[in-house]
Amino acid sequence: MTILDTAERHRNIDSPNPLDWISPAPAAEVAIRVPAKARSYPIRIQPGLVLACIILAIALLWAVAPGLFTSYDPVQGLPGQQLKAPSVLHFLGTDALGRDLYARLVYGAVHSLSGAIAAVAIGLFVGTALGVVAGSVGGWIDEVIMRLVDVLLSIPVLLLSLSIIILLGFGTVNAAIAVGFTSIASFARLVRSEVVSVRRSEYVEAAFGSGGTFFKVLWRHVLPNSLTSVIAFTALQVGSAILQLSTLGFLGYGAPPPTPEWGLLIAEGRNYIATAWWLTAAPGIVVVLVVLSVNRVSQAIGRAQQ
Amino acid sequence: MTISPVGRLEGTVLPSPVLDVSGLTISYRDQSGTRTAVHGIDFSVAPGEVVALVGESGSGKSSTAQAIIGLLPENGRLESGSIRLNRQEIAGWPQKRLDGIRGSVISLVPQDPGNSLNPVKTIGKQVAEILIIHGKATGALADARAIELLERVGLNQPALRAKQYPHELSGGMKQRVLIAIAIALKPSLIIADEPTSALDVTVQKHILDLIDELRREYGTAVLLVTHDLGVAADRSDRLIVLRQGRIQEQGPTADILANPQSAYTQRLLADAPSLNIRQRRVAAVAKLTQGEADDIIIVEGLVQDFGLGGKDKGLRALDNVSFRVRRGTTHALVGESGSGKTTTIRTVAAFQKPTAGKVIVDGLDLSAPPRETLRLLRKKIQLVYQNPFGSLDPRQTIAGIVEEPLLNFEPMARAKRTEIVASTIEKVGLPLDVLQRRPHALSGGQRQRVAIARALVLDPQILILDEAVSALDVTVQAQILSLLDTLQRDLGLTYLFVSHDLAVVRQISDTVSVLNGGKIVESGAVEEVFEHPQSAYTRELIDAIPGKKYPLHASRPISTNSGNI
Repeated sequence: MTILDTAERHRNIDSPNPLDWISPAPAAEVAIRVPAKARSYPIRIQPGLVLACIILAIALLWAVAPGLFTSYDPVQGLPGQQLKAPSVLHFLGTDALGRDLYARLVYGAVHSLSGAIAAVAIGLFVGTALGVVAGSVGGWIDEVIMRLVDVLLSIPVLLLSLSIIILLGFGTVNAAIAVGFTSIASFARLVRSEVVSVRRSEYVEAAFGSGGTFFKVLWRHVLPNSLTSVIAFTALQVGSAILQLSTLGFLGYGAPPPTPEWGLLIAEGRNYIATAWWLTAAPGIVVVLVVLSVNRVSQAIGRAQQ
Repeated sequence: MTISPVGRLEGTVLPSPVLDVSGLTISYRDQSGTRTAVHGIDFSVAPGEVVALVGESGSGKSSTAQAIIGLLPENGRLESGSIRLNRQEIAGWPQKRLDGIRGSVISLVPQDPGNSLNPVKTIGKQVAEILIIHGKATGALADARAIELLERVGLNQPALRAKQYPHELSGGMKQRVLIAIAIALKPSLIIADEPTSALDVTVQKHILDLIDELRREYGTAVLLVTHDLGVAADRSDRLIVLRQGRIQEQGPTADILANPQSAYTQRLLADAPSLNIRQRRVAAVAKLTQGEADDIIIVEGLVQDFGLGGKDKGLRALDNVSFRVRRGTTHALVGESGSGKTTTIRTVAAFQKPTAGKVIVDGLDLSAPPRETLRLLRKKIQLVYQNPFGSLDPRQTIAGIVEEPLLNFEPMARAKRTEIVASTIEKVGLPLDVLQRRPHALSGGQRQRVAIARALVLDPQILILDEAVSALDVTVQAQILSLLDTLQRDLGLTYLFVSHDLAVVRQISDTVSVLNGGKIVESGAVEEVFEHPQSAYTRELIDAIPGKKYPLHASRPISTNSGNI
């Protein structure tokens, strides 16, 4: 049915997405062709996506059950085993205190991932709340919220998160709060734009027309329909939160030593980069792989939603 | 290039047609595999002839047109068949080679003038472009030719228009520009794909007249793709009726209209409101003229201003609009886009407050409604929107959609609600198994029935129908109109029916107000207004209704929704 309706462009109303028929013809064309392609994705196997899922699954298992992956202690060093090159015994080598790097990476996953998820949760909830209020109430409240958001967006992310950590003090939780705070603005913006367009749709007006109160309509129609694109954005934010947390850890603003946080591992390895480059490279590669995988998955979610 | 445009022909029939399509099969590839949209159709277009390709959505008419000009969508494929243009086979030509004939031998007038022009180029440049691409003129000469062409298609001040950008032109003017581009090189065939579907009825008439006139002048053949049987009947020499990718019937237009052979064509003709203008509605309220006045909607001196960014100069959308609707009848508001019909119903439905004037709905004054009045009003008056795809929340089940209005008023036991929802769904003629589905699993007509069910679930007295059948195919449209008629009789509903389609209005309403520029130019009983229009504007509107060329035969069975006479 969709395909024939592509041909019948004067009936551009057969798109599942209500936004598509708001501006008539071109929207219909895009809206109909894109899903036709996107829906064919599950049939075709995408090696990149499969690999990304495998990497994320491993990282999650590291966080949940690190003991399954290594028998070494991530904090207690082994005497006489300092700065060993990768070998069968320590396959990513050991650091200056004789701690197995692989073990530290495995045990570090929980810090990086839980921090990232907490950060994104803060951004998601606060940002969505602000965006929904701004988009649905409108008027001066909208103006005030969105100008504040503009101010937040204009401050460089790193500067903003460092300032918050300085205010709150060092630590894993505070780093997560700082990173979460920086994503509030982007969430608020995205949610507001979605809410504004959903609010103008006829089914929302119809809901008001049948006696719906403001909050009922907001909860039943506006919120669920606005949040579809937010889901993909949330996944994307997890990736950048991991990166930001690692950056803070590297700069020493995150978890204090001897926590095996990934950014901190890179920073600790930095001193030995000439003689033991793997101490910097291995955690760096892990961060890159995890962030890329998260991005790949969020991209797939975004496409599936269209 | 061996293909050259044919010259002007007057009444002579050449042995070779301009376009000869045989065994054309088109398929589309999608997630569920390959589906055939057009199944081996054959037809031809003689020089200077207008052939109309008519059918409902999904019939394959646009696919056929796109295949001929080599512009099928990416996932569409010409499976087999031949397309001969002036005796030369063009099926399977690569795009590069087609470029040579597109615009010069065969050209296209697209459906939506709003999106078919380049917004960053002046229209003069866009007309000149076709001459330059085909090497017919360059530089100043091309510009001068472009101005000539713009003048030819009836744009006033063509030299000035040539310097304007598309956004400075109205829809009708843009369509004229596209026609100028299409005729620039005097092609032998113009494919007009729903050339007027996006335009108002009076503009539609002018554009179709223009195409007709140019065709006579240049001897160009026209393949008119349309869903509107009225337009096809008025403008074509021959008619091809398509259904699900197969030709149901083809032949001279007059013959088909007088004596349709296939059952499908008969039904299409019976359902097309514009061809059945003689049909009379039996008033829903038997004693219309007797008894005391029982006006359920009273609008008096309604004025609606829209402020533009807080400036003192606002836009006056409605100016002193007054009308009354008697209980149990249908009142229609007609007018072209921008006439204020939508503004009027939004005020009557209390979505906005009137700037001045009085609106009384079943005794409730809406000029200064307190909250409770507003809630009472919601139970009395419900709106059905034009587009059933946009008015239903895509994430809710049909049961959830229909049930929602009940949740907004006094609490009700779940079993009671389910019962009411089920009975309402049955009332609008849907099977109960749709309840668990979501809107995207339903067809346009079914969705509109759901929208009507949602409106009816509160047991309102008034339904406002905002172009409620305009987006539907004619046969579905006829079914919905008949459903509305039945519901009105059974439930004693009052309808406020907004439409740009005068043929539909004539078929279903008792009284009518004609709006133009925010003012009512005429109002009264439908027959009175249609038979003896007082204002020039109403006359123009009525004259523009297509489908007058072949009046309905008295013997033809009368469609479903009306009784006798």
